[in-house]
Amino acid sequence: MIHAKPAVKEKKSMNSNTILLLLTIGLFVVMYAAGCIAYADKGFSKLQTFLDILKNNAGLICVTCGMTAVMITGGIDISVGAVIAMECMFLAVGVESWGLPAQLLIPLMLVIGVVFGIIQGYCVGYLGIQPFIVTMAGMFFARGMTAVISTQQVSITSSPLMTQLSTMKFNMPFEIGAYLNKKGKLMVPNVSIYVIIAILVLIATFLILRYTRFGRSLYAVGGNQQSAALMGLDVRRTRFSAHIFCSVLTSIGAICYVLNTMCGTTRQALGLEMDAISSAVIGGTLLTGGVGNVFGSFFGVLINGTISSLVKTNGKLSSSWPNVVTALLLCFFIVLQAIFAKVKARRS
Amino acid sequence: MENNVVLTMRGITMTFPGVKALDHVDFTLRKGEIHALMGENGAGKSTLIKCLTGVNDFEAGEIRVEGIEGPVRNHSTLEAQKRGISTVYQEVNLCPNLSVAENLFIGREPMSKLHTINRKAMITRARQLMEQLHLPVDVTRDLEEYSLAMQQMIAIARAVDMDCKVLILDEPTSSLDDVEVEKLFTLMRSLRDKGVGIIFVTHFLEQVYAVCDRITVLRNGTLVGEYPIADLPRVKLIAAMMGKDFDDLASIKPEGGLNVSKEELIDAEGLSHAGKIKPFDLKLRRGEVIGLTGLLGSGRSELARAIYGADRAQTGTLKVKGQEAKIRHPIDAMHLGMGMLPDDRKAEGIIGDLSVRENIILAMQAKRGIVDLIPMKEQEEIADKFIDLLQIKCASRETPVKQLSGGNQQKVIIARWLATDPDFLILDEPTRGIDIGTKTEIQKLVIQLAQEGKGVLFISSEIEEMLRTCNRLAVLRDGAKVGELSGDMTQEKVMKTIAEG
Amino acid sequence: MTFVKKVTKNQLFLPLFSMVLVMLVNIIYDVANGNAIFNFFTISINNGILYGRLIDILNRGSEAAILALGMTLVVSASAGTDISVGSVMSLAGGVCCVLLAGFGNVNVNEYAIPLWLGVLAGILVACLCGAFNGFLVAGLKIQPMVATLILFSAGRAIGLLLCNSNIVYVNVESFKFFGGYCWIFPTPILITVLCIAVTALVLKFTALGTYVQAVGINKEAARISGYKSAAIIFICYVVCGLFAGIAGITATSRIYSADTNNIGLNLEMDAILAVALGGNSLGGGKFRLSGSIIGAYTIQAITTTLYALGVSSAQAPVFKAVIVILIVTIQSPAVKAYFAKRAAVKNAMMTAGREAQA
Repeated sequence: MIHAKPAVKEKKSMNSNTILLLLTIGLFVVMYAAGCIAYADKGFSKLQTFLDILKNNAGLICVTCGMTAVMITGGIDISVGAVIAMECMFLAVGVESWGLPAQLLIPLMLVIGVVFGIIQGYCVGYLGIQPFIVTMAGMFFARGMTAVISTQQVSITSSPLMTQLSTMKFNMPFEIGAYLNKKGKLMVPNVSIYVIIAILVLIATFLILRYTRFGRSLYAVGGNQQSAALMGLDVRRTRFSAHIFCSVLTSIGAICYVLNTMCGTTRQALGLEMDAISSAVIGGTLLTGGVGNVFGSFFGVLINGTISSLVKTNGKLSSSWPNVVTALLLCFFIVLQAIFAKVKARRS
Repeated sequence: MENNVVLTMRGITMTFPGVKALDHVDFTLRKGEIHALMGENGAGKSTLIKCLTGVNDFEAGEIRVEGIEGPVRNHSTLEAQKRGISTVYQEVNLCPNLSVAENLFIGREPMSKLHTINRKAMITRARQLMEQLHLPVDVTRDLEEYSLAMQQMIAIARAVDMDCKVLILDEPTSSLDDVEVEKLFTLMRSLRDKGVGIIFVTHFLEQVYAVCDRITVLRNGTLVGEYPIADLPRVKLIAAMMGKDFDDLASIKPEGGLNVSKEELIDAEGLSHAGKIKPFDLKLRRGEVIGLTGLLGSGRSELARAIYGADRAQTGTLKVKGQEAKIRHPIDAMHLGMGMLPDDRKAEGIIGDLSVRENIILAMQAKRGIVDLIPMKEQEEIADKFIDLLQIKCASRETPVKQLSGGNQQKVIIARWLATDPDFLILDEPTRGIDIGTKTEIQKLVIQLAQEGKGVLFISSEIEEMLRTCNRLAVLRDGAKVGELSGDMTQEKVMKTIAEG
Repeated sequence: MTFVKKVTKNQLFLPLFSMVLVMLVNIIYDVANGNAIFNFFTISINNGILYGRLIDILNRGSEAAILALGMTLVVSASAGTDISVGSVMSLAGGVCCVLLAGFGNVNVNEYAIPLWLGVLAGILVACLCGAFNGFLVAGLKIQPMVATLILFSAGRAIGLLLCNSNIVYVNVESFKFFGGYCWIFPTPILITVLCIAVTALVLKFTALGTYVQAVGINKEAARISGYKSAAIIFICYVVCGLFAGIAGITATSRIYSADTNNIGLNLEMDAILAVALGGNSLGGGKFRLSGSIIGAYTIQAITTTLYALGVSSAQAPVFKAVIVILIVTIQSPAVKAYFAKRAAVKNAMMTAGREAQA
């Protein structure tokens, strides 16, 4: 009646989500390139530096995958950092004080994750409590539980399996990025086993989100809950399962995390939920749900990792800078999302 | 069951607290027909549809669907879908963030051997379906990239692919332009030819005559009749829909009509709001009651909201008491002496958890500002005064307003505005869904306000009511003001203007 | 309605009931340990200062009570919580100390700028943080908890940057006043009383309460009735920031230093818990300030009791988290619907029974 719209747009125009994703990838490239130029003398441009970013953030990659899934449904999980601390402490104390084998404790960590996910998922999905409140309580619970297990810093030294896994290294095939060090020895860049775990998790999450009913129903629920219900999806069960999925990936992330740090402390992974959320948001996951993919989130993690790496390489900057910059980036992307949403609303 | 009939509803009865929403309504749908379900606000159209699709549970009556033994009673829309009854709403109920193919097949995707979604098969089947229905759609694109009309047709395609026998289209054309409407009609006709029974709910008369075979008219929860389209010309249809109310009260207007002063309260020129109301002019003087008439969706409420600033007017000028006024927010309108009772009582009217007293002083407090609190004693006096004056039935003035009946809630909102002592009051459907006694009280109140020298803009779906209370009528159609009537107004005249402009 | 039902339906029942429960636990603990039975309630004056466990709870609970005031308004108006308050407290304390000590100094014995200026700057920064949150929530319509998540993380980090990751000590007597004693009373108690009194008076003598509740219950209806919803929500966040600043200065003064890592840690949890325990719905709408205040002190009583029972401060969140989950579960729509259904069935059965008798 009032304004006519063409039934089919002729050109495949870029939608705002693609723009956000491209922006993220561009940001990463620029940031990394800047680092390479500024810190060329400190070896920032070496392939190993990049692989170290992956190594230091293997746990975060797993967690962000889970976070992305929950955020696609329109929810959020801020308990992830605390859950990692709790599980790391559980493993550390289990190995060192209770003398249990890591072979038993690692599966138990996954079980703890599932139980945690079931409780949080039930509260969110079936009781209809705001996800933020539920997972905030979960965060304090897990953080407190860490202290209940032990208030000390416990290093893992007496488990041969853990030591073996943590030091296991895989060289790059075909000696890609190899270089001669000062003594003239050939150094081949390598990755640890937990980087490989993280990459596998990433690929698996991608496939699950794209090729399974569970994955697609996450998007449907996030896109429009009412429609999803009318089309025959079980909205409550979907949100319930999303939290379990996230908690399981968080537990895998905890395994990666503990293999990297080889200790448990009460302050471990402090603020990790923030890194995971900002990675997902920077990677194009909408806070309102329905949109997001793990490769975007992966770039989000890389941006976060690059920031920390740059600050570390600089050596003079305070260690709080990464937090501040991450928060700024998150703020920037949230505002951008809000503006895009407003433009979209005005157009229709 | 007769041959050719896909759906019969017999003696459907349903009551909401205090109101009989449906009273022994019958409805029959045949194979391969497009059947319009017509009626004004509160006639019971949507309630009848909801009884059919399992959203509401009816008390008495029987539904039979072709091919199913015995009476059918759905408990959810899903159950109805499984029995071949699908609904497509004005608000598209699909997921905008998923691709077209996914929207068509979500929840029933073709699976591969590994129990993963077979995207290729899904896309192929989606393409086939789109081709069958002649829809030029790239099924791999996101749904939100397509226009609302196309989204609606995709929703219809989904319903058709799920073997529906009865397709309900609930106000599907409200947000479509003419070209899009025509496309939708082509699709509807081709589905009709395939034997689908279509129930078409709309308030656009043109469209009914363009595409429907048969019309069923409801009024006040009762069946007026079922007519072949040829037997029911426009004016008769409007008469059937609006009818004559049975209340036999004599005119409530004073002898010699209203005493209208010369002072102009409102002078709107060229006000409009894109997509809602085209530019219009309207003048209103002290002591006048102007009615806005037209069918549902003709822009009655939108016109009123543009004046009040509830939806900020985008063009035109507004003079209040001779002075040009800039209204950015309702509070500006209130300071100019306006008040508005919105038509959606629950969403925009009452503040449910607050008490009757707090609801009554709400607008008055807003006018005074945050610092100048009305003393509790004064609040109580005001509340008591209006509870007494309007005879609001409540346990006490501290009762949460959500516990009151609909009519009393409406009175509370009227009291809220009367407390601000407005010069100009907009009443949007003040009598909808409330009992006859209260209705008359409110009508009398409107006249009384006019006699006190206030101006009233009155909106109602019932012509009878408008004729009794208003001294002038502005007629709207399709989002534009098309005429004004005054002096000797009769139902026939009004209906003719609505139908023909 | 029976008497019992009337009492349990009262909004203040839950926090008062919890308080009594905590006191009972304390009495049992004292008896078991051979202390005087009312040891918990004993108040004495030692060295010209009030002593006693109740005083301790009132003193230590000051920050949570002050935060709960602002949080109550935020929850009511925007149906969301401000989780940045703990972080903002720390930032406010950091700004105050850094300014008082002079930028870059770690331990000073005299002020670089007047005391009042430092305190004012700290509170002002906190208000700005509140305004930032308010802008994101009211202006850009971002979910409150995500919006405040930014400062939840960044606030503390900015504080650390300002202090150059050090703990900045301000070793001046007059600075210790806010966290110390005023005559025989601990000053934080007096500050809290002042904050509560001001808020209560504002609510009593202005229409703020009506504004906040109307916007919180039905934004659209409030708009039509002339309320500027966005402005009201914005103001609530600024007020919440203001109280976070006051609490931050108090907490900093207690240890006369800006321990950015630990000031206000986990206090957002206490504040939110206080609001919920006070019988206010976290879904927004009607609120009662008295509930939140009693809630805050109840939580402090729980914390103090836990410490007395040998639970460390790092472990205490476990119990609080469980309490939060229990309260929100009781408040949740699913559980409410279940109880409503049961009550309806019971009523129907009673009516049926009566009819059968008759």
